[in-house]
Amino acid sequence: MMKKRIDMSYQDPLERISNFKEVALGYNFEEALFEANRCLECKHAPCIKGCPVGINIPGFIRQIKENDIEKAFSILTNQNSFPGICGRVCPQENQCEAVCVRGIKGEPVAIGRLERFTADNVSAKEIQPVSVKYEKVAIVGSGPAGLACGGVLANLGYEVHLYEALHVAGGVLTYGIPEFRLPKSIVKKEIENLKKLGVKIHLNTIIGKTKLIDELFEEGFKSIFIGSGAGLPKFMNIPGENLNGVYSANEFLTRVNLMKAYDSTYDTPIRKMKKVVVVGGGNVAMDAARCAKRLNVEEVYIVYRRSEKEMPARLEEIHHAKEEGIKFVLLTNPVEIHADERKNVKSVECIKMELVESTEGRARPVEIEGSNYEIEADTVIMALGNHPNPLISSTTADLEVNKWGCFVVDETLMTSKENVYAGGDAVTGAATVILAMGAGKKAAYEIDKKLRGK
Amino acid sequence: MYKILLKKELNPTVTLMEIEAKDVARKAKAGQFIILRVDEFGERIPLTIANCNQETGAVTIIFQVVGLTTKKLNALEEGDYLLDFVGPLGKESEIEGLKKVCVVGGGVGSAICLPLTRALFEQGTEVEVILGFRNKDLIILEEEFKKYTNKLHILTDDGSNDNKGLVTDKLRELLNDTKYDKVFAVGPLIMMKYVTLLTKEYSQSTIVSMNPVMIDGTGMCGGCRISVNGKQKFACVDGPEFDGFSIDFDEAIARSKMYQETEREKDCNLLK
Repeated sequence: MMKKRIDMSYQDPLERISNFKEVALGYNFEEALFEANRCLECKHAPCIKGCPVGINIPGFIRQIKENDIEKAFSILTNQNSFPGICGRVCPQENQCEAVCVRGIKGEPVAIGRLERFTADNVSAKEIQPVSVKYEKVAIVGSGPAGLACGGVLANLGYEVHLYEALHVAGGVLTYGIPEFRLPKSIVKKEIENLKKLGVKIHLNTIIGKTKLIDELFEEGFKSIFIGSGAGLPKFMNIPGENLNGVYSANEFLTRVNLMKAYDSTYDTPIRKMKKVVVVGGGNVAMDAARCAKRLNVEEVYIVYRRSEKEMPARLEEIHHAKEEGIKFVLLTNPVEIHADERKNVKSVECIKMELVESTEGRARPVEIEGSNYEIEADTVIMALGNHPNPLISSTTADLEVNKWGCFVVDETLMTSKENVYAGGDAVTGAATVILAMGAGKKAAYEIDKKLRGK
Repeated sequence: MYKILLKKELNPTVTLMEIEAKDVARKAKAGQFIILRVDEFGERIPLTIANCNQETGAVTIIFQVVGLTTKKLNALEEGDYLLDFVGPLGKESEIEGLKKVCVVGGGVGSAICLPLTRALFEQGTEVEVILGFRNKDLIILEEEFKKYTNKLHILTDDGSNDNKGLVTDKLRELLNDTKYDKVFAVGPLIMMKYVTLLTKEYSQSTIVSMNPVMIDGTGMCGGCRISVNGKQKFACVDGPEFDGFSIDFDEAIARSKMYQETEREKDCNLLK
């Protein structure tokens, strides 16, 4: 049996840095069949335990072997409403694929690629609206958690209203993750499907401002799920951070993805950039760097204070970023941003770091005194993570949050306020799409249990 | 979609529009703002709420035609629709308990301080208002201000209304023998900077209203960050009103020019 997994085709790096089209092109039928046949269908199936939502992985792969894509899809959607999204953005190498038995003496089965293959090749089924037989439920935020929660509740027969602050639904799937990693047509299709199910989507509505949680109850909602994510950008608090040319990754990605700054038919302005420094080592940093690369930028650097081994970004994203010519400046941290006389960024002063053992598990980066040097740059993008937004917690009495501003929930995902549930990044702090979807789905079943008195 | 119920030209470069947005009208308070997008290709821009009518659901915005988006907006007529309109955003003006206040407005900023002036007047505060314009043809909302002020001073840079001067000249004159509970300054950054430099001399506590570039208006993009007492704040959620003495105006002025070049080029492309 083959030790190596079947390669997936990709757009050539030199070609793709001048477009925003999807980088990974997916398996064809033959490739998928070959790869599926690498699955041993182990009885103890460690992959299922490795999956945050417990997808029957050997089960769906079995169906690919049988060439029954419809059945494979239905096994996937038993646990995961949006396999087309998760097949693309899940960190499989830390989850299901990390524990795959084939990985012991070779490469693990490419579970993510097979998931994506199934979602991309299932024949489109006409979605019928589910007739409403139960109460009204409100969902705050149309990101992964909200979409997953809404889908389950609508299928159960609830009247679902989904509230979104921005002018397009999808949350981070729309404004954050770039087109070349997750085509917006896929997100759009999932949202259209929810609408067909009967979910009503209210755009341009900020819960905590336009309407308050308590007002939703007054309007007759019996239960509310908050999936408002973690959207407040962190900065480093170093001198020069408010200079012209310093972006949060949120702003940069929103301009590029949501407001389509890369497409000249849109009005959205973005800086003319020649040299860009992205600070951070997560997926968001990779996304920002790769977007910058596609905007005709000469040099893009990723500056990260630890070494590559500690980078939280997916291996695949790091690999793609390198292929695209992004330069990694590791064990380095910015200490100040310098400007020209018009307050435009001119350079980033950095200091070299070394890792020391730490009792907290991850090695701790420490500055090497006197190692300061400057990287010439006209744009700096801070991709340091996000806090949850306080708009809802600060306008709702009896809604408890912890010291990081995350909602405190019990084991049924109910907050300190009766019939208000929360899940996803708003509870955990910034995490993954699949965990948020899992939480949204769990909350939906808990809401149903409570309202049906089960 | 949000219908334009009324469009009125206040002066050759300043337009008033009433937009149908019931949810916004229901909640809006003086000092808050909205974000709108004209069409699918448009930017999101913040504008202060100039008035709202809870019964008709109309929200009034007043804007100066300065860039691409306001040009597009101004090209629309009554009965047309805006694609997106969201709010109310930001915190409301803190006016409770104020007995005597001076409001200083400059240019289109005058429109922005009308709801504040009105709210102050209606709660029984003694309100003195100083408005500054370049010339008499640019004077806006004079009648409305008269309704809600105890004393109104309108100045022009060129003296064409027979009252020549800068708002800071008038304010200095007033501060020489009056102490206010608060001075509110609303207008161009440069005006607010000089008002606060002046009021600082008199230790006269002053509130300014910041209106930087932003995208979402909910704290997500961080584009609207400003330095307040050396600490980073987001104008969209921590403001838009701040203690004038604590603001780094030079930084705010530089940030406000971030996209001037790119936008000018865009504009040229449109004219081709």
